[in-house]
Amino acid sequence: MADQAVRPSSVDAGYGNPVRWRTVDIVVTAVLGVAFGVVFWGWNLFAEVASTPLDFFPPIKGLLNGVFLMPGVVAGLLVRRPGAAIFASTLAAAVSLLLGSPYGGIIVVYGLVQGAGAELGFLLTRYRTFGWATAILAAVTAGLSTSILDLSLYYPVSGEYPLWAFTLPYTLATVLSSVLLAGVVGMLLVRAMARTGALSSFAAGRTRV
Amino acid sequence: MTASLSLGPVPDARLGRINPVAQLTAMIVVTLVLLTSLDVVTPAVVVAAELCLLPAAGLTDLRDLWRRTWPLVLGATSVGLVNVLLSDDATVVTGVGLGLRVVGLALPGVLLVASTDPVRLADALTIHWRLSTRFAFGALAALRLVPLLVAEFESVRLARRTRGVEAGRNPVAQARLVGGIAFTLLVGAVRRGSRLATAMDARGFDSGIRRSNARGSRLHPRDAGFVAGAVLVCAVAVTSSVLSGAWAPIFVG
Amino acid sequence: MRLVARGLGVRHASRRAWALTGVDLVVEPGERLLLTGASGAGKSTLLAALAGILEAEGTEVTGELTVDGGPPRAARGRLGLLAQDPDSQLVMTRAGDDVAFGLENAGLPPEVIWPRVDEALAAVGFPYGRDRATQALSGGEKQRLVLAGALARRPGLLLLDEPTAQLDPDGAALVRTAVARATPGRTATVVVVDHDAEPWLPLVDRVVEVTPDGLVQHGPGWRPLPRTAGLRLPPGPDGTVLLAAQAAGFTYRGSSAPALSPSTTALRGGRVLAVTGRNGTGKSTLALLLAGLRAPTSGRVTASADLTGAVRTGSDEPHRWRAGELVSRIGTVFQHPEQQFLTGRLRDELAVGPLRSGRQAAAARATADELLERLGLSAFADANPYTLSGGQQRRLSVATALATSPQVLVLDEPTFGQDAATWRELVTLLAEQRAQGRAVAVVTHDADLVEVLADHRLALGPP
Repeated sequence: MADQAVRPSSVDAGYGNPVRWRTVDIVVTAVLGVAFGVVFWGWNLFAEVASTPLDFFPPIKGLLNGVFLMPGVVAGLLVRRPGAAIFASTLAAAVSLLLGSPYGGIIVVYGLVQGAGAELGFLLTRYRTFGWATAILAAVTAGLSTSILDLSLYYPVSGEYPLWAFTLPYTLATVLSSVLLAGVVGMLLVRAMARTGALSSFAAGRTRV
Repeated sequence: MTASLSLGPVPDARLGRINPVAQLTAMIVVTLVLLTSLDVVTPAVVVAAELCLLPAAGLTDLRDLWRRTWPLVLGATSVGLVNVLLSDDATVVTGVGLGLRVVGLALPGVLLVASTDPVRLADALTIHWRLSTRFAFGALAALRLVPLLVAEFESVRLARRTRGVEAGRNPVAQARLVGGIAFTLLVGAVRRGSRLATAMDARGFDSGIRRSNARGSRLHPRDAGFVAGAVLVCAVAVTSSVLSGAWAPIFVG
Repeated sequence: MRLVARGLGVRHASRRAWALTGVDLVVEPGERLLLTGASGAGKSTLLAALAGILEAEGTEVTGELTVDGGPPRAARGRLGLLAQDPDSQLVMTRAGDDVAFGLENAGLPPEVIWPRVDEALAAVGFPYGRDRATQALSGGEKQRLVLAGALARRPGLLLLDEPTAQLDPDGAALVRTAVARATPGRTATVVVVDHDAEPWLPLVDRVVEVTPDGLVQHGPGWRPLPRTAGLRLPPGPDGTVLLAAQAAGFTYRGSSAPALSPSTTALRGGRVLAVTGRNGTGKSTLALLLAGLRAPTSGRVTASADLTGAVRTGSDEPHRWRAGELVSRIGTVFQHPEQQFLTGRLRDELAVGPLRSGRQAAAARATADELLERLGLSAFADANPYTLSGGQQRRLSVATALATSPQVLVLDEPTFGQDAATWRELVTLLAEQRAQGRAVAVVTHDADLVEVLADHRLALGPP
């Protein structure tokens, strides 16, 4: 990973190289991952219970997915490094596993795929812009990634899960939930944090006052 | 709240002598087997085996055990209940099976946290699984902030009361209160994380020199034995499930 | 290592004003220097520049700064740093592993690492073994451990950034002793930054004060002006008892030892009560009980009829009052002001309390503006509270407590880490509250504060 890019420190080894992770990037991305891991852990329990009453229209369960897509989008918007979304999302899943996850180890695979989904959104904008459009795009790609994984593992298109009555509404519900929670709430969260001055080490927190 | 992580490892747990990567491998085996079975026998056997490991993980005190596992017990119970009550074709046995499955999937995480110092986990992951040392130890540093956050949660809640903010019984107000506290804690954690990064760099974390490991991490025959034991337990579980006629495999999930 | 600054200026990425300008300074190898000065004068910025840890992006640096002739970043391998917050400098879970962290980063083999770890732990007088859990250490012990981690790398330059600001007097003394005994050979240049100069004077060769107009060199024998000098505080009127603790004690659930053994005390209008005692005696717990934030597990805390007035439950026990009722009766200031902030703007922050206690929006806004004016924070009315300096945050949190005109004020370590100027401002502000007939309780380690302000003292012993 970024290990190859490490070289002896010098003044220009700072923000100039967008691929190289500074220690503060690593630690703060990890902080986000750990924090959302705790959120995941709580949401896992809630979603597991909440999903059964939603059996009257199963595709609507996709609405519960948005929370799981937050760390990737938030880390990407905040840290702005290639790989931040994947790192934060995977770590969040791993932390929720250590806390006790009702899904067991598979949740780490989910964390990885969901992070990669968000990452794709940032990659498509080449890590150049981090405004609303990028946030929404990353949320959409993240939502699609988890839909694809869910649908292929649990609900393959079949007589039981028809394309029009299940696959498409489920995907739509997941993406909608992702856009609202990961995209909109995620962006608002990053902006609120920036206003507290806590992000002064990051481009996301920089405006002269 | 997040008792398990903030409580950290039990000192001198015997399970801690099993290398963390061996524990993780066993966890993967258990996850694969439980995710593919939807009956009551398989998870029952697996959970029984996991419970036998509790003393080895130093979880002999019932109160300590409860503090680490209550959310899990709560989750498993409600999963079982909700399925029995709301699903058309679910019997009590199915409900118990689903509840046990949740416990069986989640207990390995609890065992690992209880028996293993996170530093040993980072050592093992970087040495045996070749994870990047910068990322592994960066994550470790962040993990160390969790107990601080748990301790601060209560004082931030009290601090809100001094400002005239409390939720009472209104669930919407409660959610807003917890959200506000979480934001305060997150901002504090990011600030702490930034300072921690500076402190780490001041001790050469960013130097570009290839990092050595003072503790090392060795794999012993007992680690292979542990993984073999996990495979054996799963084999026994599936076999007894098939023999009893309860076997109900699914693709995944 | 030799440090040379010529015409150094620094401007941070997020600020329009320059943090430092025109700094000229030479520190010789092996010299021990104290950089002192008021908060916000740029001491810490200068230290960060020397350490080579200024943010690379966006920070403007003018003039010249060299460490042993090269840029500070290039000298980072020989740097040791001890910062303020004991909780954000330790990486590992066990003491020995943490000291080893810096040596692993240098790529040293284990057989070299462990003897050096033991040597460094001994040098700072660390009282436990390598396996001690870092979480179980006190603040002063943590700072000693961080120092050991820095020393194990055999630094040529040791930078100490207010290393005792968050410690009680015992912990602070421990750290200073450790610094003195760990740097006997003059192999390292030592630069200490602290606004509180006095305790460091026996340890350093030279004192330089950072002022807004530049550096001022102080000669040998220089002493800072005592912060209590010439302070005239108005006394308070004779008031009645407003709040009393009768054998009030507290034990956390699931804990066998009490956090606070039964204590009896009374808060009177126009009087300041100082609660003192070592760490672990339950001072802060007593503050929580008096503030109505926790219910005593034994004994009672009761308010007078005057203070209670018309609360909905009719109870005279503050912990039974609703939060909206509490704010207009007892104002509380926590040790960490940022934990109490609720909004993104100072003006809104000050209006929260009045609104919560049922006042009209217009009246609340008027109160907020008046307080901003009085505390000299008007210029920051629209700023985010988190972005204020430590001293400003403290004043703001006192102001938020005053906004609802409570008759009782409870403050936990209000003078922690404050420089002389903000210390005097704060003490004056508290004395004004006393003069207006309010009852004030301060939990503190600060002997000067007790000396100038306390009318009554309550010294807590171990529970």
